[in-house]
Amino acid sequence: MTPTDTLRFASRAATGYPLRTALMVLAMSIGVAAVVVLTALGDGARRYVVNEFASLGSNLVIVLPGRSETGGFNPANAITETPRDLTVEDAQALTRAPAVLRTAPLTVGTSEATYGGKLRDVTVVGAGADYLKLRRMELAQGRFLPAEEPNAAVAVIGAKIQSDLFGIESAIGRILRIGDRRFRVIGVLGQSGQGLGMNADEIVVLPVAVAQAMFNTNTLFRILVEAKNRALLEQAKVQTLEILKARHDGEEDVTVITQDAVLATFDRILGTLTYGVAGIAAISLAVAGILVMNVMLVAVTQRTGEIGLLKALGAEGAAIRNAFLAEAALLSATGAIVGYLLGQAGAFALRTAMPTLPAYPPDWAVIAALVTALVTGLLFGVMPARRAARLDAVQALSKR
Amino acid sequence: MVHKKHAGPPQVLLGPLGGGLSEARSSGGALIELTGIERVFTLGDSEVHALATLDLAIDSGEYVAIMGPSGSGKSTLLNLLGLLDHPNAGVYRLEGRDVTTLSADEQARVRRERIGFVFQSFHLVPRLTAAENIALPLMLAGIDPAERSRRVDKTLQDFGLANRADHRPDQLSGGQRQRVAIARATIMRPAMILADEPTGNLDRATGEEVVHLLESLNAGGVTLLMVTHDAALGARARRRVMMEDGYKVSDGA
Repeated sequence: MTPTDTLRFASRAATGYPLRTALMVLAMSIGVAAVVVLTALGDGARRYVVNEFASLGSNLVIVLPGRSETGGFNPANAITETPRDLTVEDAQALTRAPAVLRTAPLTVGTSEATYGGKLRDVTVVGAGADYLKLRRMELAQGRFLPAEEPNAAVAVIGAKIQSDLFGIESAIGRILRIGDRRFRVIGVLGQSGQGLGMNADEIVVLPVAVAQAMFNTNTLFRILVEAKNRALLEQAKVQTLEILKARHDGEEDVTVITQDAVLATFDRILGTLTYGVAGIAAISLAVAGILVMNVMLVAVTQRTGEIGLLKALGAEGAAIRNAFLAEAALLSATGAIVGYLLGQAGAFALRTAMPTLPAYPPDWAVIAALVTALVTGLLFGVMPARRAARLDAVQALSKR
Repeated sequence: MVHKKHAGPPQVLLGPLGGGLSEARSSGGALIELTGIERVFTLGDSEVHALATLDLAIDSGEYVAIMGPSGSGKSTLLNLLGLLDHPNAGVYRLEGRDVTTLSADEQARVRRERIGFVFQSFHLVPRLTAAENIALPLMLAGIDPAERSRRVDKTLQDFGLANRADHRPDQLSGGQRQRVAIARATIMRPAMILADEPTGNLDRATGEEVVHLLESLNAGGVTLLMVTHDAALGARARRRVMMEDGYKVSDGA
């Protein structure tokens, strides 16, 4: 029997029992679809987080006030007082570091914004003129905070604030009341979508000194430092730490982290999660494989007379075994393909339902699912096929 | 080994062959030579001798009816002749070759090329069309599709089944089904046809047609062995082998 004939014979056998074949294909396809959809979900979550961090700018060094101690108890810490404040001057000093391109002092708080009788809670971000570029944000209208006037009573508002308080009317030049102060709106930020923990559409950006005065504080929430390029990131981190240490009387009372470290951690955690989810989904593939075996055993019993006939017509054991193996392989391959399409459709539905989540199944998961489906199908097809090949011809023929 | 057409009356060999074995082999006269064949089935703790010390020789081109009551061993004999079953003792020579010692795959090859089976219940594959059922032996032999369809078309013509080629078995009458089965049995041009109650599932008239078909094939030179318990059918054969309790009780015209 030539391979083409074996395949054709097997496919005729598969199509000869449509209900059985459909159920089989369904079971296999659910397994494959589960792997595809769940890994799409897991990998989508990973990509989402990674993208969010990347949108912060990948050359960033983040300075936090205070020291997160990981080196065990240090006697020096015991006599240190509370950490010194991070100040706007610290941020300015950092711009002089050779590896640093720009810095953005940052202070954050919440307040109420009112305009024309409408009132809204807003997140107030005190920032410098470089903040826009550093965060890779876009302006929809107007201009950003002026560098030359650090104490001007001006505000740049998020897209959501614009639409909530001003509607279709342009906000540029209007006076917006925030807390008990009045600000002239000079710019509107472009639509940015959901950000990590902070929605850039719902913020009001004020000059950092004004925001500090408003919240009655001298310290900064963060200093964002952008390195000149990716290669200088590590240098920028070292220089930042040196400068701040020098400015804080030799005390290392700040924490400097790079974007990369945070990113890598999230990447690893969520990557592991995706593998785990894929493993759980693979169980359904194993179940489908056992189902293949079951169905093929039934097929052998059902077609005992036919097997006897094939033997009488001079089919060798191998020919019969191959025909049944080919049938199992065809069923699993069809199931795998249908499952792949179902999975992709499911991932598409996920993306449609949650546009912010890039739920694309990773290539490795798709390939692994298809290969596992085929291998389990074949593996579990071997036993029934061997049983068919070993049937006694006389007994098989007498069964009808 | 091509089968030869016998012009004269078939040569009948009776009784144990004894020292004549090697002679028979070298002469190649007999198509089938069974010597001291025994087949024992174990049912529970009792042994049933389905065939006991059977000697039989059948020449090429013969028309033999194997008859006897049920349980007499005639079906077992047919299965042995068709290499579907193995004797517990004895030697089976087919066309001078000892086929009992062949491997399973070699026996499959002999079945494919030299033996055609016709069954009482037709044994057609229900999901395949008449043409595909007839093509099965060619497919198993790995004959290329073009040659296959040429031979199937010709066979369909010869058997008057041309307009039934694309019908599945459930769309055919009993007589047509058996004709498809016979067409399948002959498409490899075997040396012999083994028919097990070929008319058992057919009415009188249709059965008659099928027997005529088989007889015409025999007239064309194919050795025909038919198991039947129908005396009228057996009477048509040129030679009758009567079986009882595993023994051959009579053999002759």
